Amino acid sequence: MTDVVFWVLALLAAASGFMVFRFTSMARATIALLVSFLATGGLLILLGLGYLGVVVVLMMTMEMVIMAVFMVAYMMNPAGLMPMAMYHNKRGSLAISIAVFVLLGAGIFLAPWPQRGGAEPADPTFQLGMALMGPQMLTMVTLGFVLFAAMVAAVVLATHRGRYDRFGDDLSRRSADDPVPGGVGR
Amino acid sequence: MSLQLFLLLAAGLFAIGLYGALSQQSIVMIMMGLELMLNGVTVAAGAFWHYVAPASAAGQVIVVAVVIAMAVEMAMGFAATTAIFRACDVDMTDMAADLGQ
Repeated sequence: MTDVVFWVLALLAAASGFMVFRFTSMARATIALLVSFLATGGLLILLGLGYLGVVVVLMMTMEMVIMAVFMVAYMMNPAGLMPMAMYHNKRGSLAISIAVFVLLGAGIFLAPWPQRGGAEPADPTFQLGMALMGPQMLTMVTLGFVLFAAMVAAVVLATHRGRYDRFGDDLSRRSADDPVPGGVGR
Repeated sequence: MSLQLFLLLAAGLFAIGLYGALSQQSIVMIMMGLELMLNGVTVAAGAFWHYVAPASAAGQVIVVAVVIAMAVEMAMGFAATTAIFRACDVDMTDMAADLGQ
């Protein structure tokens, strides 16, 4: 039974991942990527990582919804009404990725993988929590700082006109320098 | 189900993502390729935890780190797209490269 589930999810993940770059519509490509992530979440659950599987499913669903919004905002062809072809050096990238796959596949089947060390814990989620709050605390703190830095950087990059644009470099201007002045004219 | 099969799937997802990241022109599609590559890393880390070292939480921690890497990649990707689109109405890498000349 688990074998059947594995094959279904694995084929779904790979096939929908491939279809991301075959669909002519951006919206369909986003949905295909979401299907690939959902299958990956299912595979994690199959491996006994229930918590992480659900985290992947929930997070990727939200991420793809946001991605779809940005697609419609930026892309020239969100609905796929006109076929799009936005490739460069298709043949070269295909050759490189096939070479990488063959290399990785050879390594997978030739490497002497170690035997399974230890038994699975009764509750993998508990194991993860204890690790993150214990020996892996440094990892968690670093990831937290990375997320914080990403938030600040994203806001800085996405800001159109910040207060330094409006009030001068030393914020000394009395009234804001806006293209369309607001306020009540005092 | 075996470690090799999971790793083969991970390698496949990684290669598909690599193809997308290399061949696509649109910045958003390149980000999709990168996400697929990270998706492969997630599968591999989960399989390593299950088949090689279930007694240690290291495999699970790698999955957490990869999920956070995906979130950061997407936030920064969209922020950079927003900035470059606002500055010069461009959402393709080749056009952005032309601007540098």
